[in-house]
Amino acid sequence: MKISTLGYSIKQGLKNIRRNLLFSLASVGTIIACLFLFGVFYSIVLNMRTEILAIESSLTISVFFEEGTSENQIQNIGNEIQKISNVDTMQYISADAAWNLYIDDVYKGDKEYVDSVFGDDNPLSNSSSYEITLNDIGKQAETVETIKAISGVRQVNSSDGTAKSLSAISRLVSYASLGVIGVLLLVSLFLISNTITIGISVRKEEIAIMKLIGAKDFFVRAPFLVEGVMIGLVGAVVPSAIIYLLYNTMTNYLVEHFSIVANMVEFVPVQEVFHGMLPISLLIGVGVGFFGSLLTTHKHLRV
Amino acid sequence: MLVLDHVTMQYPTGIKALDNVTFRIKKGDFVFIVGSSGSGKTTLIKLLLKELKPTSGEISVENRPYGKMKRREIPMLRRKFGVVFQNFRLLKDRTVFENVAFAQQVVEKSAKEIRREVPATLTMVGLADKYKQFPKELSGGEQQRVALARAIVNRPEIILADEPTGNLDPKNSLEIMRLLEEINRRGTTVVVVTHNKEIVNMMQKRVITLKKGVVVSDEEKGGYRDED
Repeated sequence: MKISTLGYSIKQGLKNIRRNLLFSLASVGTIIACLFLFGVFYSIVLNMRTEILAIESSLTISVFFEEGTSENQIQNIGNEIQKISNVDTMQYISADAAWNLYIDDVYKGDKEYVDSVFGDDNPLSNSSSYEITLNDIGKQAETVETIKAISGVRQVNSSDGTAKSLSAISRLVSYASLGVIGVLLLVSLFLISNTITIGISVRKEEIAIMKLIGAKDFFVRAPFLVEGVMIGLVGAVVPSAIIYLLYNTMTNYLVEHFSIVANMVEFVPVQEVFHGMLPISLLIGVGVGFFGSLLTTHKHLRV
Repeated sequence: MLVLDHVTMQYPTGIKALDNVTFRIKKGDFVFIVGSSGSGKTTLIKLLLKELKPTSGEISVENRPYGKMKRREIPMLRRKFGVVFQNFRLLKDRTVFENVAFAQQVVEKSAKEIRREVPATLTMVGLADKYKQFPKELSGGEQQRVALARAIVNRPEIILADEPTGNLDPKNSLEIMRLLEEINRRGTTVVVVTHNKEIVNMMQKRVITLKKGVVVSDEEKGGYRDED
């Protein structure tokens, strides 16, 4: 496309928006609503996912061995476990290390008391284990089953309640947001299509002349595509800016006024939220604008 | 160069607008196509601009048959024509300059070319001093001259004028015809579709007469034939 044509298309596109200001505003407003909701849901889901990841990375599976398992056999079990793709890290905890951890945890490191009660006895002498973290906590159950099937494994302990609940909530929020955003996107497409249709009917005579004096299809369509893209662009930038301002205010407010929140959650910085959200918002906004007008012009501007 | 070979156009309603029309217009010709309403003139223009596809027969320009043209080639075909529409069809919200420049923007000429060619064309049609005015500020004759300027600014091979004097008084009609004659003298083929008897008789050019979709006469230096 020549620069002069691009300039012409942009100028005409802006002119179209001015001519149909009310419809353009309605389209922009719907995209703003849609992408504002997207921004809100995105922020919530991102924070939840970050929290889930933090919990997941702290969750471990403990693998205990049959009584009398030799060090060689334990090593073999370890090799088998590491072959499982969902296993992220694996650490061997000897019986002594397990007992020391227990003393620290239960008796708060009171060695004297423990010695007086247990002497040199290690009640956990049969509790050497592998501590395992997983890549995907959602696949914990099947990973546990795989480990249980390894010969020499006595017991596998796992705990994933919190992560599972958070995962479930996160999934629910994601699906709900996708549903709402999907409906709003359809409304946006419909409104953009209406706006472009009105723009075409207002410029009917001009378009007819254009075609009869040799305008290529793209030249006729370009101003409407510009119009759609502009509407989408404004519809994406405005809610992004609002989210940027609101996010910091909201998270600061929550941390300052609700200490329980501050203790439980560490909010993702706004820059990180934006790093993912802005490109998607722009893509959705511009995409809806572009395809909305492309479909409409395709329907109404056939030579 | 412009050939209609046994062209018939029948609308889905059953009305036959053109029936077995055959004629040939050479490069540099000045031709009137005349006939009363319903004679098929408008259909003929639509066929020439490939707005319609004939039911049978073939139209070709410079040995390029329309029937074999792809959709994407239509704009290039139309750029061979400079069209002067009935009722001027100027853009009311644009100045004289912008109306003429519009034709150049449409064929994606550069701003530099537009700045050079539009004033030269407006000078040729005698409207150089009115370039800033809007169509409603002009007389009918002036508006038609703007339409003519828009048709010739891209230097088409054929000027296709549809009733160019339909809304003009005799003086302005004559002026437009003189301009068309001048354009023709410079080598452009001119096809004027009209039912203006006086003008046709005065110009003494080739006249093709249509009656109910059929060519009833084709005369060099002819006059307007009454149909009955």
